[in-house]
Amino acid sequence: MNKIVYLVPLFPLIGFLINGLGRKTLSKSLIGIIGSTTVLASFIVSIVLFFDVKAHDAIIVDYFNFINIESLKVSFAFQIDALSSLFLLIITGVGFLIHVYSTAYMIDEEPQHYGRYFAYLNLFIFSMLLLVMGANYVIMFIGWEGVGLCSYLLIGFWFKNDSYNYAAKKAFVMNRIGDLGFLLALFWMIQKLGTANYADVFAHASSLSSFDVTAITILLFVGAMGKSAQIPLYTWLPDAMAGPTPVSALIHAATMVTAGIYMIARSNVLYSMSEVTMNLVAIIGLATALFSATIALKQNDIKKVLAYSTVSQLGYMFLGLGVGAYTGAVFHVMTHAFFKALLFLAAGSVIHAMQHEQDIRKMGGLKKHLPITHITFLLGCIAISGIPPFSGFFSKDEILAAAFAKNPIYWGLGVAGAAMTAFYMFRLYATTFLGTFRGTHDQEHHLHESPAAMTIPLIVLALLSVIGGFVGVPEILGGHDALKSFLSPVIITEAEHHIEHSTEYLLMGVSVAVAAIAIIFAINKFSKRPELEDATGFGKVLSNKWYVDELYDTVFVRTTLAKAKFLKNIIEKNIIDGAVNGVGKMVNYSSRQLRLIQSGLVSGYILFMVLAIIVMVLIWVNDGYIYKFFSTLF
Amino acid sequence: MPIQYYIILSLALFCIGIVGVLVRRNVIIVFMCIELMLNAVNLLLVAFSKMHHGIAVINDKATTVGTDAQLFVFFIMVVAAAEVSVGLAIIVMMYRNTHSVDVNFLNRLKN
Repeated sequence: MNKIVYLVPLFPLIGFLINGLGRKTLSKSLIGIIGSTTVLASFIVSIVLFFDVKAHDAIIVDYFNFINIESLKVSFAFQIDALSSLFLLIITGVGFLIHVYSTAYMIDEEPQHYGRYFAYLNLFIFSMLLLVMGANYVIMFIGWEGVGLCSYLLIGFWFKNDSYNYAAKKAFVMNRIGDLGFLLALFWMIQKLGTANYADVFAHASSLSSFDVTAITILLFVGAMGKSAQIPLYTWLPDAMAGPTPVSALIHAATMVTAGIYMIARSNVLYSMSEVTMNLVAIIGLATALFSATIALKQNDIKKVLAYSTVSQLGYMFLGLGVGAYTGAVFHVMTHAFFKALLFLAAGSVIHAMQHEQDIRKMGGLKKHLPITHITFLLGCIAISGIPPFSGFFSKDEILAAAFAKNPIYWGLGVAGAAMTAFYMFRLYATTFLGTFRGTHDQEHHLHESPAAMTIPLIVLALLSVIGGFVGVPEILGGHDALKSFLSPVIITEAEHHIEHSTEYLLMGVSVAVAAIAIIFAINKFSKRPELEDATGFGKVLSNKWYVDELYDTVFVRTTLAKAKFLKNIIEKNIIDGAVNGVGKMVNYSSRQLRLIQSGLVSGYILFMVLAIIVMVLIWVNDGYIYKFFSTLF
Repeated sequence: MPIQYYIILSLALFCIGIVGVLVRRNVIIVFMCIELMLNAVNLLLVAFSKMHHGIAVINDKATTVGTDAQLFVFFIMVVAAAEVSVGLAIIVMMYRNTHSVDVNFLNRLKN
């Protein structure tokens, strides 16, 4: 079993190399096949590894010494245990479906761009696999950086458009700010414990002082804030919708943004030791969940609504982590991957049918033209709203129950957020699919259901969204929470909460009822009178995203640009260039002066000779009397 | 006569010779000044030879201290003669080429 572990990241790497280097020579269908089958092969190996881990213990495979200095030994090693094998399945499974979808979605590109797209996508899968498979924080960081890079490359995929390039830059810079936190945590950990291996760090975690643990966990969380788009580093994710829709589905819904949650779940030993950090994580998660839900209520671009929804659901996951429900958060990662990828791909199908129109005010009544997309989108919306027995209900409920056990206010606000989630998702659904079509006649003629390569992944994901929750049915509803027992070897500090059964039924009932009311209200309102005018009053603040982007622009972007301008004009031009040019000018000047010595007059030469002799005599006469006198002075 | 007078005289002649070499434009005058420098040195050597001999003769009537300086004077004179002959030959060539004996005329090494 150890022998096949390296195959999992190897296949996508090979796909990246072949598609990347051969993008100008291979045909589109071959590129698509290579790109997709490599991920399929990784998926098959992941399934084998999953069943192996389920039956036996975790696998740790050590390949070579990566860093070998004095007392620090970091090896290039993979650790396949319950948590990483679960993530492997999610990444390769959902990744494979998205690759198949992309073969049809990106078909209009030229072959070399098509090849570039699949190369980047494979490179992303490779980096993400490295991230979850690493046996120490250093390998995780390599993958962490890799996914940030691929995110930049894929957001700015259509590089001829400047605004897309800005969005890509923004994503990368914000990611980088988070990476600084991660690196500082890594250095702190190595300084205090001398190792970055998961096994060693968690075994010796109790030897750290509480200040150390708090600092390390907060810094790791800063990394997660950047990668998983929490307040204040979340503004890159909505802008990242500039990339192709399958990219948004893969990177910004299912995988990359969940890297932060993976990291915290992996480090659950450290986090549970620090009450301060747990509170911080929970509060920021909750704040993000509510804040972005309010923004989503008033967005009119189909992908922006889904983007803010992603930020909001990530907030829920961090809330779960912060109250100790690590399994709940990981469960929500899994179900969210299913239904969010589904929603994004369905949105892509709609965009494809509407010939790249993304404004929902120009859509409507699409359910007759796009039946499969309609049904799958509806299933995704129901799942995200937390209606049983769909998957979203079980995962969200687990988080909310743990939140209630920690602090009922968390639960209350969480339910408010869930209500908003249901509301804006069904606003999106009703405005897009119900009612009458509001686009141009030309667009209406062009509406057609997407090809099989796009609809089959939608159907598979819809199925998973419906039944995916059954792995984590809690005991009070009759299940035996298979997921929790599966993850228990890795997530050892899960917060046990003992709420009375009646209270728990009540909590579930309230959240479902609130969501159902929101759904009915939204469908009623928006199928009859969709919001076509621009928002006014408080709605305007929401639709302008609370002006956060403008705030960041004034506070950070402009000052940095002003500093850069100052450095360029004053320091670079005057001082540095002045120095370099000055040397040249000085050489020129001195050479002109020195030239005058060579006058050609013999008497001039003899004069110099005589002067030199006089000086020599003065220095050395009388046993160097004058020389000694001067050397005592200095 | 005290030795200082000879030193001062020799020094004066030497300095006049140097300044003459540097300042005069006529190349023959420059040569004369070179001869002047050499002769100033000769004078000094002879003076010191006499001084040292005079000091040593008080103790020992048949001493030979101071003869090497006088020999050296002869060497200097020989060298001066040789050098003058070569130098004058060069001056003649210079005159034939440029029809003048002005030192400042020979500035082809300029710049």
